[in-house]
Order: sequence, then C-alpha cells, then structure tokens
Amino acid sequence: MSRTPRTLRRGRPELYSDYAADQAIWNTPAKRWSTLVLLALALSLPWFLGRDLLGLATLVAVYAISGIGLNLVSGYAGQISLGHAVFMGIGAYTAALLGGSPQGDIRGFELDLLIWLPLAGLVPAFVGWLFAPIAARVRGLYLAILTLGLLFVGEHVFKEARWLTGGSGLGRKPADPVVLGFALYEERTILGTEVPAIGVFYLFALLLLVVLAVVARNVARTRQGRAFSAVRDRDIAAEVMGVPLLRTKRLAFTLSSFYAGIGGALLTIVFGFVTPERWNLLLSIDFLAVVLIGGAATISGPIIGAAFVVLMPRFIETFAGSLPGWFVSTAVGGGGLLNVFQLQRLLFGVMIVLFLVVEPRGLFGVWIRVRNYFKAWPFSY
Amino acid sequence: MEVLLPSLARGLGIGSTYALLAVSFVVIYRATEVVNFAQPALMILGAYFTALFVITVGLPFPVGVLAAMVAMAAVGAITERIAMRPLVGQPVFSAAMVTVGAFIVLTIVANRLIGPDILTVGDPWGLDAVSIGGVQVFQVDIAKTVLSLGAIAAVGILLKRSRIGLAMRATSLDQETALAQGVNVGRMFSLAWALSAALAALAGMLIGTGAGGIEATTALVALKALPVIILGGIDSIQGAVIAGLVIGIAESLTRSYQPEYAPWLGANFDIIVPYLILIVSLMVRPYGLFGTPEVQRV
Repeated sequence: MSRTPRTLRRGRPELYSDYAADQAIWNTPAKRWSTLVLLALALSLPWFLGRDLLGLATLVAVYAISGIGLNLVSGYAGQISLGHAVFMGIGAYTAALLGGSPQGDIRGFELDLLIWLPLAGLVPAFVGWLFAPIAARVRGLYLAILTLGLLFVGEHVFKEARWLTGGSGLGRKPADPVVLGFALYEERTILGTEVPAIGVFYLFALLLLVVLAVVARNVARTRQGRAFSAVRDRDIAAEVMGVPLLRTKRLAFTLSSFYAGIGGALLTIVFGFVTPERWNLLLSIDFLAVVLIGGAATISGPIIGAAFVVLMPRFIETFAGSLPGWFVSTAVGGGGLLNVFQLQRLLFGVMIVLFLVVEPRGLFGVWIRVRNYFKAWPFSY
Repeated sequence: MEVLLPSLARGLGIGSTYALLAVSFVVIYRATEVVNFAQPALMILGAYFTALFVITVGLPFPVGVLAAMVAMAAVGAITERIAMRPLVGQPVFSAAMVTVGAFIVLTIVANRLIGPDILTVGDPWGLDAVSIGGVQVFQVDIAKTVLSLGAIAAVGILLKRSRIGLAMRATSLDQETALAQGVNVGRMFSLAWALSAALAALAGMLIGTGAGGIEATTALVALKALPVIILGGIDSIQGAVIAGLVIGIAESLTRSYQPEYAPWLGANFDIIVPYLILIVSLMVRPYGLFGTPEVQRV
C-alpha cells in the first residue's frame, strides 16, 4: 500500500505519495470504517427485521445488482439502454429452465444453483455480446429507441415460448436456490436464532451484491473502465486516441447483461412467481430511475438508488393514512383524488424530473455536497 | 384479392394514423431536438378529452374534436413550460429522461380520469363499410386516412408558408441566430409542443374510433410512431408520411397473412412488425430514408 511514513500521514488522510494509493477503492480511513459499519449493519438485518421488511431488503439488494449492471453500460459507458428488462428476463428464464421443476408442458431440469446461477449471467451476457455490434452503430437517443424495439421483440418472444415461460398471463415458478443440497430459501437457526427463509436468501443476495459491486468498482478503475468513460464523454475523440469503439461498447453491453441476468434470476425467486409481462418498459424505466436517482457512473449510487426506488412506495403506503382523505384514498375504489398506487407512480415520475433538473448527480451527489460542506467547515459557503 | 384489398385499406388507415403521430414527434424534435417520450400520454389524454366533450358534454362530433385539440394544445404548452424550459441548454439525454418522467405523471392523470372503463369517442363512422369498386372498405379507415393526411398537410403548409412557420423553422435551424433576428424562441418551443399535442389528440381520437375504443393502456400504441420516425428520418415530415404508410401496410398485411403462412411466429406477431422494421432500418440506414445525417465534430 502507501509508502508514506505513518508519522507523515497522521492528520493528513488525503496525503498520497503514489498513484495506487490514490486510486484505491477505500482510499481514506473514513471510507474504510463507514463501509465496514454499513456492511455489519446490513449483515445483522435478518436477526431483527420482520419477514415483510426482509423481503424489501432482499429486493433492494437484487435491484442494486441489476442497477449496477445498467450503470456500467449507461452511466460509465454512456450507452442509454431501455432493453435492460429483456436481459433480466433472459437471465430469469435461463435460471428457471435449468433450476426450476417441470410443471406440465413447462420444462425444468432441477439443477444445482452452482450450475444455473453462473449460466443465468452468462447466457444474457452472450446475447448482449451478440446485440452490441447492432447497438454500436447508433448513439444517444437512437440507441434508446433501438433498445425499446428490442424490448418489444423480447416481450413477444417471452409470451410465445410457452415451454419456457408458461405463456402470457400464466407464468411459471422460478428456480430453486439449492447449493449442493443446502437450500437457501428455508428457515434456519443461525447463531441460536430462528431466521426466516427470506432472511437466509437475503444473506445470499447480499453476499452476491458485495462481490459483484467490488468487481464492478474494480472494472471501472481499470484501463477498460477509463475507456468506458472516454467513449461516454466523446466517442469520436476516444476513437482518435486509440480506444476501440466496438470492443469497448461490446464489453460494456456484455458485462451489463451479465449483471442484469443475475439480477433477473434472483428477482423471480424473491417474487416466487414470474409472468412474461413483468419484463416490460416500466421495469426498464425503474432501473433507469435507480441509476439516475442514485447517481450515474458510481457504484454506491445504484445501491442508494435501489433502496430509494424499492422503499419509497412502502414509505408512501405507510404514511398515506395520515394524508387528508380527499387527496389520497387508502380503501380500494375509494373516492379520493388519487389512490396509493397512483400517488406512488406520480411521485416516482416527479422524482426523476426533479433529480435531473436539480441534482443530475443523484443522491450520491447530494451526499458529496453534504460531505464537502463538513469537510470544508468552518469555511464552507 | 378479397383478403389483400381490405387489408391494404386497413393498412392505409392505421398507417396514416401512425404518420400523424410521427409528425407530432417530428414537430417537437425539430424545435427542441428532443424525442418526446410523453407523446403516448398526450395522445391518450386527447382521446379522453374527445370522449368527454362529445359523449359527456354532448357537443357535435367535429366541434368536440376541435375542442379536445385546443385543450390538449394548452396541456402541451403547460408541460413544456413547467418540465422542459428549465432544461434548455442541458444535454439532450436529460431532456429526454424528463419527458419519460412527464410520461409517467401524465399517464397517472389519464389513468385517474379514464379509470378501468373502455371509452368510446362517439365517432359517426362506427362499423359502417362502403363498397368501392366491389371492395368493402370500412368508413373509419377512409376517415383516418383523410383526416390524418389533411392534418399533416395543414402542418406542412403552416411551416412552409406562414410567418410563424418561418420563425419555427428558423428556431430549429439555429436557436441563437433566430433569437438575434427577433424570434421569440421560448414561444416557438411552447408553440411546437402545443401543435404536437393537438396532433396527438387528433391521433388519439382516430385510434379510438371504430370497434377499438380507448383504455388507459392504449397509450403504448403511440410508441409505434418511433419506428416510423426512425424509418422516415427523425426530422422529416415527408419521411414520416411515407414511413407511416409503409409500416401501417406492413403491419396490416402481416395480420392478414402471417397466421396462415407462418403460424410458428406466434399470435399477435403483427404488433412487433414495426419494431423489427425499426431494428433493421437502424442497422441499414441509421438516419432514415429522408433524414439529415448528423454531422459530428470532436
């Protein structure tokens, strides 16, 4: 690590004498400590949260995995993709086919998680690798429209492949998360306390999130990651400097689809059931919101964004009761101006607009502002 | 022949509606260089207002349609003023994402207004057909073609011949120069959104005619204008018309012949035909048949 003598470093947390120390993921003691504390906090959740909230926490971890994937292609490499839901769907169905059990006409091979989980990432990654040369021909909004086309074609294929997906409106059961005979979705006694099934699965999803987030953070600071940013900022300039455009975009799409596939496979297990209609435009927009609200071109950003996107509807649901009845009705078919679901979607749309207008760096940017205020204190103005 | 000709007529009807929607995208794109993803919501709101004015208020059909177009023009201008104006000078991607946010908000408004029902717009054509040279053609297809192409022609004349049209074209060419020549650029943005929303309202009414009716989810039909603007060229009205007709006819022919000749493609394959054309056209000619190729500088 740093070769600066300890005596010099004391009281100067940002004194770096070599490039590696400056570029390290945890380059300040504060980052090291806060990451450890947050991780410990996240690990302890299954022991004191209820089943219901643990489900939400699992959803946050899964959304974060997929969100990091979308951030690699859209945030770092600047290729706006509305097709993220399709890659999630491919991952989910790969997992369901290999790890699920057959029901009637629907196929399933009941394989181990060690087989289906890697393939749930690799198969979408391969499709992303195939799709990238087409996507690399167009830029910006044209790419957004192209991926929108991919989304509709994908939805049609999912609806028609009944042996795989169960067909439109019917759906199928997801894969069984079993590692070498050890079920990950089963109530267990850990450290002398009963942990509900979803809690065990939460720990697994959290482990995957940590591993995948560290990998993504490392990719972002390699030569390839810097090539991503160069392509985003100005693709022609990047090409002139010797960054191969097709190879860079292809890597971005492949990696992003891998994350999407893993996220999709885990998502179906959290929901317990999956219909082909789930992988639609709204899901893709959800993930764009995860990236934009969290903070584009960061790794912590999508994790914060995922927490925001998953928890905000619950937050509104909880506090809708204390809003005036003419505004929000909590009863089904009530007479208020809006129902809870409509209020959730409405605030969601407003949030996307507000963040883009007021703080384009997202919640991560808000945190940076707060941090800089206190760093510069008492000279912060 | 007894399948082909009615199928072509239906294709012309639906295709000219797509062309109308595409022109409503093109008008906003030419003014602000933003693809407006809120257009589906504007369309569905337009259909709602038509139903409101014609069925609930009881205005005569043509008056009701015009009133709905005026109401939507106001909604469009207000949306531009609130959501889009603060983003002038920001990256195009931010502006496009803001239109996605506006889409979500306006869709909720439309859902709240329409509810779970299926609305009819009270059109006078219904399911009546006329016989042209021995071929049965639905009146509603003729009405769609005539009204859409008429409205597009009106927009074309407005842009080409009038003072306001000149100012709008100047704005789309170069905002700063237009400003220096005394054009109120902000007002041109509002006007483009108002015009586009009015066209979307008309298209929404046309989608709701005949046997269709309007549900809250019909909004997604408007996204089929995206393949049209890509095929025709994103800044070309002429391209939008031709591509709209091509895509409408391709979709209609697929609907007639695919279940018989290629059943393995699955049910409702015609819905995704426009998107397949979109993908192929982006691969072969990214700037469309009549679009201006983008000049890039580092």
